[in-house]
Amino acid sequence: MREVAVVGFTQSPSLRREPDRNEIEILIPVIEALRKQTGLSSKDFDFVCSGSSDYLAGQSFAFVSGLDAVGAWPPVCESHVEMDGAWALYEAWVKIQMGYADTALVYGFGKPSMGDLPLTMALQLDPYVMMPLWPDAISIAGLQARHCLDAGLMKPEDMAAAAVRDRGHAKSNPYAQVKGDYTVAQILAEPFLVNPLRRSDCAPISDGASAIVLAAGDRARKLCDRPAWIRGIDHICEPMDFGVRDLGRSRSTEIAAEKAGAGRDKIDVAELSAPFTHQEILVERALGLSAKTKVNPSGGALAGNPLMAVGLSRIGECATRIWSGEADRAVAHATSGPCLQQNLVCVLEGN
Amino acid sequence: MSAKEEQASGPVMVLSCPISLDYAYSAGQSASRFLRAIAEGKLLGQRCPVDGRVYFPSRGSCPMHGVTFGDDAVELSDKGTIVTFSIVRVPSQNIALPLPYITVNVLLDGADTILIHVLDAKLEDVHMGMRVQAVWKPREEWTTSTANILYFRPIDEPDAKYETYKEHI
Repeated sequence: MREVAVVGFTQSPSLRREPDRNEIEILIPVIEALRKQTGLSSKDFDFVCSGSSDYLAGQSFAFVSGLDAVGAWPPVCESHVEMDGAWALYEAWVKIQMGYADTALVYGFGKPSMGDLPLTMALQLDPYVMMPLWPDAISIAGLQARHCLDAGLMKPEDMAAAAVRDRGHAKSNPYAQVKGDYTVAQILAEPFLVNPLRRSDCAPISDGASAIVLAAGDRARKLCDRPAWIRGIDHICEPMDFGVRDLGRSRSTEIAAEKAGAGRDKIDVAELSAPFTHQEILVERALGLSAKTKVNPSGGALAGNPLMAVGLSRIGECATRIWSGEADRAVAHATSGPCLQQNLVCVLEGN
Repeated sequence: MSAKEEQASGPVMVLSCPISLDYAYSAGQSASRFLRAIAEGKLLGQRCPVDGRVYFPSRGSCPMHGVTFGDDAVELSDKGTIVTFSIVRVPSQNIALPLPYITVNVLLDGADTILIHVLDAKLEDVHMGMRVQAVWKPREEWTTSTANILYFRPIDEPDAKYETYKEHI
């Protein structure tokens, strides 16, 4: 295996609604800042990979214009996933492993505020049985949360506590959207948005973008004093049909964590991309995190949820804590699909 | 039992599920600036700070160099040169001209990227290097839309030299 590290990370603030800027105009300053941070120009990237969704943009091939932010002349070696940027990072990592690249630029961007996000998400369901019913994403997550509560897997207090923790941590994150001092009692006093979910159980809708630079071996050492080495990365997808899944645990996160070697050593920091409080608890359990792990120091997805960038940002947030020496070992998580259908786990180390 | 009743009581073989999503689309800062200007009859491009090329319509960044264009805009003439063309004999929507018509790539004076539009001219007259000018809708019909330009029309100027547009063919 080649040694590959995260050596650069930038992000835009998560905003409920970017009034003027389009997706590309949100992305451009993020890429420019990344060039400045790493001292690299577009010519220095052997491979470029992005994650975005035409369904959020409301037009086909919307991702192509994302290349405006990269500068695609002379022609660049480029790819795109219709997924969170964390999966674009995975593709770039594979490309570097195969020896086709030593450096890669990875970015994710989305502007979900243009559409009705919970309904847009219904289009990722199977097109024959589920999707024609147009169940919105919050209602589907609500059914999962109801199952978790009824099966005695967690209590409403546990869910509220996740929101309290993340919003508290997010106070020190200038890019976070939802932050501040809350109490469990305060959150439990909220009316239900979709029973049993309260507004505070749901990640916000966020416009935003983030970007990462990967580099291999000595290239990484030259670019960064303390590179965040990717020591394990894996992603697993569960079946599309809810009826054949155990919605009370995240089996795919468990398997991805095991394959990525998450549990082989202590975990100082974990950044989770679960967009609902009950899902965050399921992911925490699937990763086998102990009380010694600081979970979501940035606030996680519950504090800022720029779709298609939020998972990539979790990897970036882990990397910054490795660079600074705050953590020696960190685990980042990204998710895709309804009810934690597909999950990616990335283990980063400073040594 | 009528055929319709039989169909209604029989097994459901087809389910129709219309899909639609509504978007509140925003053009973005640079496209909005371009559209507001064209509502005033002005054509705005933007100059790349790296190589000086003028992009039309104005856009947020240079696709070649990946740098932000910022707020500086370049106002362009509505006159230009045909760099290439094609005769269209199949119908299409939103075209102001009857079939057959000419579709043209126009290099506006001062621009470094081409504009695809239609030309009101005799089919046998169109040629590369031909000088043309935009024909606009009546002033009172202008909106924030490129449809403010109906089509291009030849003007009485000598042909542009091949060297001036060969890069854009």
